[in-house]
Amino acid sequence: MEDPTAAAKSTLAQLTLTDAPSTSARDRTLALAGVLDARGAAVFAAGVRKRLPSKKGKLVLDLSALTAIDSAGTATLVDLWRTGHRRGVAIELAGVQPAVQTELEQFRVTVELPPPATIPGFFESLGDTAWGAVTALGNFMVLAADVTIGGIQAFFTPGRMRWATYFREASLMGSQAFGIVGLITFLIGLTLAFQSAYQLRQFGAAIYVASLTAISMVREMGPLITAILVAGRSGSSITSEVATMKVGEEIDAMQVMGIPFVDFIAVPKVLAMVTMVPLLTMLADLLGILGGWLVGMVYLDIAPKPYLQKTIDALVTKDLVTGLFKSVVFAWGIALIGLYHGIGVRGGAQEVGKATTASVVSAIFFIIVADSIFSIIFYVVMG
Amino acid sequence: MTDAPAILEVRGMIVRYGARTILDGVDMTVQQGEIRVILGGSGSGKSTLLKGILGLTDVAGGKATMLGQELTGLSEKARGLLMQRIGVLFQNGALFGSLTVGENVALPLREHRKLPEGAIAELVRMKLAQVDLGHAENLYPSELSGGMRKRAGLARALALDPEILFCDEPSAGLDPLTSAELDNLILTLRDRLKMTVVIVTHELASIEAIADSLIMVGGGKVIAEGPMAEVRGRGIVAVDEFFARKTKTAAKQEMSVADLFGLTPAKGGA
Repeated sequence: MEDPTAAAKSTLAQLTLTDAPSTSARDRTLALAGVLDARGAAVFAAGVRKRLPSKKGKLVLDLSALTAIDSAGTATLVDLWRTGHRRGVAIELAGVQPAVQTELEQFRVTVELPPPATIPGFFESLGDTAWGAVTALGNFMVLAADVTIGGIQAFFTPGRMRWATYFREASLMGSQAFGIVGLITFLIGLTLAFQSAYQLRQFGAAIYVASLTAISMVREMGPLITAILVAGRSGSSITSEVATMKVGEEIDAMQVMGIPFVDFIAVPKVLAMVTMVPLLTMLADLLGILGGWLVGMVYLDIAPKPYLQKTIDALVTKDLVTGLFKSVVFAWGIALIGLYHGIGVRGGAQEVGKATTASVVSAIFFIIVADSIFSIIFYVVMG
Repeated sequence: MTDAPAILEVRGMIVRYGARTILDGVDMTVQQGEIRVILGGSGSGKSTLLKGILGLTDVAGGKATMLGQELTGLSEKARGLLMQRIGVLFQNGALFGSLTVGENVALPLREHRKLPEGAIAELVRMKLAQVDLGHAENLYPSELSGGMRKRAGLARALALDPEILFCDEPSAGLDPLTSAELDNLILTLRDRLKMTVVIVTHELASIEAIADSLIMVGGGKVIAEGPMAEVRGRGIVAVDEFFARKTKTAAKQEMSVADLFGLTPAKGGA
């Protein structure tokens, strides 16, 4: 540690900075002499920064020998004050001469006041996090219950349903996603067939490519890939739309006009998703199988009819039903997660982007976890 | 004005966001037919007070009585009916972007009034004419200027002929002329329709033009409340500073560099 009494002098153009004796080991005193102006400000700032005491210490700048200061010198002092404030170091001025003080009084600055909140301890933070998670889960469950009940009511009282909104959403989620879902699942089917053909040909069992592709697509890949694509495309769109409405106070406006958000916005979106995703999944199953069929014909020289027959033989009703059931659950989850993240937004446009990202990540996580659970239930427990 | 019955009473309202207390036991009484301005610096809690009254934020304590009905514990249906008796103009109009101006105004009418479509169309045109927006019925909110959006929002807020109109920063972001036009519109509503108006604002010109009475909030508490002239004559420092445009915000403060370093003023200094 430096001896505070040592005279570590640094001479600037017209300014001298000297270490002076201090009353406490934690504190430090620096004496300035001469003129603090634009020519010496940068070197002065660097010299002071090097000598800033550790956290909770104090730095006293003795200005009794400082004869003048200009705006650049004043700005440098303010900048040092802010640096010290951030680090918890108090910077004080002593022995200020009238000419210098007059200069310091004529410039005004805007200062952020220190936040009143105290830093929470470990257990407090843990408790806050746990309580936040419980509250978030509770809010999600309330939204899920409201939307599900609203959806069921819409079936029994179709007059309540906003059909125009439903059909617009269904068109956006369904017909406009047709191309991308079809193309991706066709390529997935094609890839699956290629990968399995490489192994199965070695055992003279190339015809089983048809069974493998069909079962993989209908049970797993069709619902899964469709759901992931819909989460990225329509789930994010739900979040950004609802979040933008929240930021623009449109949701508040609905509330004060006595127009229920659940009936007006949520139910049409969830029902559109729940009806469109299974249809897209059927399309995905079909095109995935078509991709495999193409590989069978072109790469494995299997005639179309035996390939198709093997596909039909391999599939059972349970595969189709469980695949479609999964797609309904995925759709319900994607729509609810999209709504939940959208309605939870506070702040401005930046938060809309964050909520959209969080929504897509949460939806994909939900899809994977739910798919794993279904795999265990349908194919391990139920056989 | 003081003899008129109270149309809105707030008692001991407490609102917290996490560990922060935004409103700490706020009381307010608004009488029928008056224009009441809620004022205060940024972050003082004035918008939160409005949201607390309207049920748009969770209230940790206290109660609000509006049009003779206590809001806390009101069933959803009863609250919905009560809400039909009030109108709210939000800061940026809060118009639904997917609907035209006309459809926005028609929305509460279609929801709550069993009227033939022809009558709804006529009402929409009347309400838009009331705010001088008759030509904008088929435009979308994105095609409107800031002032037009607010007037369209006002037309929607007036759709159900409310007894109380709440306005959140109606003049914010408007040029002085448009702001003055909106102020005149609010004065007309009060004078012709005997509507009670509660306005959150910090625009001095607006406050001076339209306020019958004011309530100033700061640090989550009521600093002053009463008729405009009376409150301004009390010599309350915060009120005087506000009207001298010296209000400090909750998070930032302007000061001289000498003040920053805690220097005592020099003799004859600035």
